[in-house]
Amino acid sequence: MDISSWDGTLSSSDFCLAAHAFTEKWKRINPVLPPWSWVPRPKSPWLASHEEDHDEKSHKGNEEPNCLGKDEYIDNATLVQSYRQDVRYFDFHIVYSASYRVPVLYFRTYSSDGQPLLLEDIEKELPGNSTNVLMESKWTFITQEEHPYLNRPWYKLHPCGTSEWMKLLFLTDPSLGGSQGVPVELYLSSWISMVGQAVGLKVPLEMFNKRKE
Amino acid sequence: MDVEAMGREAQKYVWEGAIPLQIHLHESEVTTLPHPSPALVLAPRMGYLPLLLPLLKPHFSSTLPPGVDTIWFEYKGLPLKWHIPTGVLFDLLCAEQERPWNLTVHFRGYPGNILTPCEGEDSVKWSFINSLKEAAYIVNGNCKNVMNMSQSDQVELWHSVLNGNMETYQRVSSKLKLEKVGDQYVGKPNSNLLKSRTNTGETDTGGPVKTDKCFTLRDAVKALLPELFVEKTLIDEEIPRIELEEESRAPSDDESNTRNEEDVEEKQGENVECCCPSDDAETKLKLVRIQGIEPKLEIPFSWVVNNLMNPEHFLHICVFVKVPQAKPLPHDR
Repeated sequence: MDISSWDGTLSSSDFCLAAHAFTEKWKRINPVLPPWSWVPRPKSPWLASHEEDHDEKSHKGNEEPNCLGKDEYIDNATLVQSYRQDVRYFDFHIVYSASYRVPVLYFRTYSSDGQPLLLEDIEKELPGNSTNVLMESKWTFITQEEHPYLNRPWYKLHPCGTSEWMKLLFLTDPSLGGSQGVPVELYLSSWISMVGQAVGLKVPLEMFNKRKE
Repeated sequence: MDVEAMGREAQKYVWEGAIPLQIHLHESEVTTLPHPSPALVLAPRMGYLPLLLPLLKPHFSSTLPPGVDTIWFEYKGLPLKWHIPTGVLFDLLCAEQERPWNLTVHFRGYPGNILTPCEGEDSVKWSFINSLKEAAYIVNGNCKNVMNMSQSDQVELWHSVLNGNMETYQRVSSKLKLEKVGDQYVGKPNSNLLKSRTNTGETDTGGPVKTDKCFTLRDAVKALLPELFVEKTLIDEEIPRIELEEESRAPSDDESNTRNEEDVEEKQGENVECCCPSDDAETKLKLVRIQGIEPKLEIPFSWVVNNLMNPEHFLHICVFVKVPQAKPLPHDR
């Protein structure tokens, strides 16, 4: 499909493709960083089932970066590193939204004793690119809502602006597809390069290498 | 009475619906003797529990311990999600529809690890508008109409929900151009129904479908929860499920006709003695409840959506399901 008529969204099967491509690339490029994993949506809880029949309609990726030790090459200013001794843990989930037809970033943060941390505490330590256009509240804002599958409050980057800026991103970056149509495999890397900045998730530059390997 | 008039009657019935609540203060927050009597409140179906704070606070304030109020409710130990309309919570959690519905209220000790934070009316309003935006996005492909609502319209809309004022709500919400769902029909799996994606504003009665079979409530529930409907004769009756991607959503992306979003909430029912064979999956579905009613499953789905949806443009369907009883395990030592 031609990019100019594309609305910036993704079907759930395309999300599946994109997620696998993204996971593979991440693992290949950053073997040291915690990997993303693909988790199928849990089956209806009341039905006992013996089959390994995974519902592949919507999925999530999971990352738990430890901000000390493993990530020495990560720039201090991006992934959270604390002045204090305690370690900050982040869990990131990428969940497909059927309503907005885009991926949505959910995250939670907690200290080493499992105590959940407040967004305000992290926000102080996020990178200083708050001038970045993404941070304008029109396109990105963080809310606390129920995780769609885990039934607990998680922080979420609201998806209502995602399709707009994804379209803009793909239109303005000539290396992203162009006349061949929307390169689904690049969707998630591009997407996470934007949303990652909002939450201090560092995405290695090699992820944006468009060469197909 | 024609179908239209029946629809309006239904809407009125729903907007005026209220659940009688008997609200008990949790004993950990009672500092006086004798214990305060429970508060008796009529809570609008379309409303939300935290909005009852102004009614409840005066009733319990003299006995509360010092501190800041963060109101939350529980039913039989289950903290209640405040962003779900009161009527839906009742329909879902109270199988026997006990009246009055006995709830426990807390003003302290908000369970932040279980419930998302709620800071009073503003949080509820935000959640409502957010849901409305989501519905608008699904129906129109964008939330512009909701985001561009004038301040006064937004206020009026919210107040119409707060006060249960259907006429005001309908007047203001009509500006959002969220089209009513047209009559829908089910065709064979290879009908044009699957391919087309109509633009806003088109109703689909003149649609490309060849058969007369109307898309009913049963069809909708089947599409959302196919595992409850595994039937032997799949070939003739099967809805085009291939295009229906999301279990928890109406086939709004794929069926060209559906306009409104569905939110299916499920609850385990009790095992019931049944003379049907246990592998007859039709018996798994025990009950479908919408706005306190158990509609006949043959009702056209478009009618159900247009007349029974909540103000945020979501239709909440409560489904009760039979589960097989667990067999006691043999002891092994």
